[in-house]
Amino acid sequence: MNDAPMAVRVDGLTKRFGEGDAAVMALRGIDLAVVTGELLMLVGPSGCGKTTLISVLAGIMDKTEGRLSVLNVDPTALAVDNRTRWRGAHIGFVFQAFNLMPALTATENVSIPLLIRGVAREEAMRRARATIERVELGNRADALPAQLSGGQQQRVAIARALVHAPQLVVCDEPTSALDHETGHHVMEILHGMTRAERCTLIVVTHDARIFEFADRIARMDDGRIVAVEDGTWRPH
Amino acid sequence: MWHIALKMLMGDRLKYYGLVAGIAFAALLIAQQASILVGFTRQTGAFIRDTAHADLWLMDPQVRFSQDPVPMRDTVVQLARGVDGVQWAVPLFQGYTRGKMPDGTRFTLIVVGLDDATLMGGPPQMRVGQLSDLRQDRAVLVDAVSSPRKLLMKQGGGRALDIGDRFTVNDNEVHIVASYEGRRSFFWEPVVYATYSRALSLVPPERNQLSFVLIQLAPGADAAAVRAELERRTGLTTLTNEEFIQRTADYIATETGIIINFGMAVALGFLIGMLVAGQTFYNFTLDNLRHYGALKAMGATDGLLTGMVLLQAMVVALLGYGIGVGLGAVSGKLMERAGLAFSMPWIIPACTGAAILLVSAAAALLSLRQVFALEPAVVFKS
Repeated sequence: MNDAPMAVRVDGLTKRFGEGDAAVMALRGIDLAVVTGELLMLVGPSGCGKTTLISVLAGIMDKTEGRLSVLNVDPTALAVDNRTRWRGAHIGFVFQAFNLMPALTATENVSIPLLIRGVAREEAMRRARATIERVELGNRADALPAQLSGGQQQRVAIARALVHAPQLVVCDEPTSALDHETGHHVMEILHGMTRAERCTLIVVTHDARIFEFADRIARMDDGRIVAVEDGTWRPH
Repeated sequence: MWHIALKMLMGDRLKYYGLVAGIAFAALLIAQQASILVGFTRQTGAFIRDTAHADLWLMDPQVRFSQDPVPMRDTVVQLARGVDGVQWAVPLFQGYTRGKMPDGTRFTLIVVGLDDATLMGGPPQMRVGQLSDLRQDRAVLVDAVSSPRKLLMKQGGGRALDIGDRFTVNDNEVHIVASYEGRRSFFWEPVVYATYSRALSLVPPERNQLSFVLIQLAPGADAAAVRAELERRTGLTTLTNEEFIQRTADYIATETGIIINFGMAVALGFLIGMLVAGQTFYNFTLDNLRHYGALKAMGATDGLLTGMVLLQAMVVALLGYGIGVGLGAVSGKLMERAGLAFSMPWIIPACTGAAILLVSAAAALLSLRQVFALEPAVVFKS
């Protein structure tokens, strides 16, 4: 894996909110490298900067200082609209609260990243259905989010994150709202799909029950990475 | 993404119906209040429209409104007839006086005297009888529309004066021989038509008695030139029907305060309507802020999000506008039947539509500021 190209490289990354006496340093000089296809888990106490770090990596928040390369681009150096388009093309998101549109069916929700990129509606729906099948929800493709269980909703969210074949997927607490068995199943699907496509995965989590899926685990505290450990995942 | 925007809009039925209802209420309020104001304004010109046979009114420059004649010399009629381009010119008398009904009810009325020879200037539409019935002994015409209210015998008769009834004007007995379809008037006093000579005999005499001269232009005559010559020869003022209606409406608006007060109610209705429309849509966008944030995180540009929200605003605005103005028109018809002032010329729905669309779009764009300013990281939080 060490010979694989770098997906993410960060040197001395800082992020400060506010100015003067009210300034808060959320990131205090992060150094990190993630190779393509790797599953990195970010763990640490609440407020240690995990979500801030993935927000900067995913190009939805500016950095304050430091060098940043994500898929060979510094997204914070792009103009706002270009950065938004770059994000839409290369990054997938899995949110803790799923963030599915309640008025849309599972398939329609999954088609959104394609529609945003300008893919025709029929083609977007066809690809969304195929992705829904891969998360084992083919029989619930036309269900509304309210008609799905939490685990099913998170699988829809995973399908939505992967439907446009992103090179990097960032996940924020993807299993925290799920029971152990469901969370494990969701991680199996997420891990299997990203591994098959050599997609890099960065997962923010508190859930030690899913550490077994990680290639590496980066422990954060007070805006710093204090330790990077090998994960426990081994190919079956 | 447009169908996604529409599904977002209509997904929560209750919220969607509430949104449309809010806009419809705003449109109803604006259109209805404005129509009532226009209705009142139009009613101020009822007498002029009921006397609308002529092209021009010749009158004293000090006349302020249609029920405020300043007496002129009778010779003015002859002067007017001598101007090139005048096809005909006839005298018109108008005066306030008092009447007494058979049951003893006393009332104030307006007597209008029409040229004895031609009866020009009479109401354009009769309900019972003919205009020429005025030539009968002591004959007068009454307004069939307003008589049930304005000519009600309150002292014991229990009914309104009607064809065949007699009453007195300054102790002179008159006989109702016919009725006409009068327009609803802003002014309360009933208008009773008689011949010019009889009208003069019914009201207390003054040195000058002529109220107006009605003038018809000859075909092809230069209206501006004729008016200038009429004013030069007589020292008086000429007004077209529309100018006279406007002068009357302006006077009522500025001097009585009634229309200004009502206009404030209209402005208030407009303001409340706009606030309801704006606030309703603003809240809707805020309710969906998390979803817009997720879309932005997934690559939706500010331009795309703006288009989606504007589409939602326009759909809701058009639907609400249609329902609101439709309800306004229907309620207006019912109000008209009940005798209330209501008039909805095309300009009212047009301005209401423009206002609703503008405010909805403004509210949408205002609420979008929050989407633009939203850090997509917010969507990471549950």
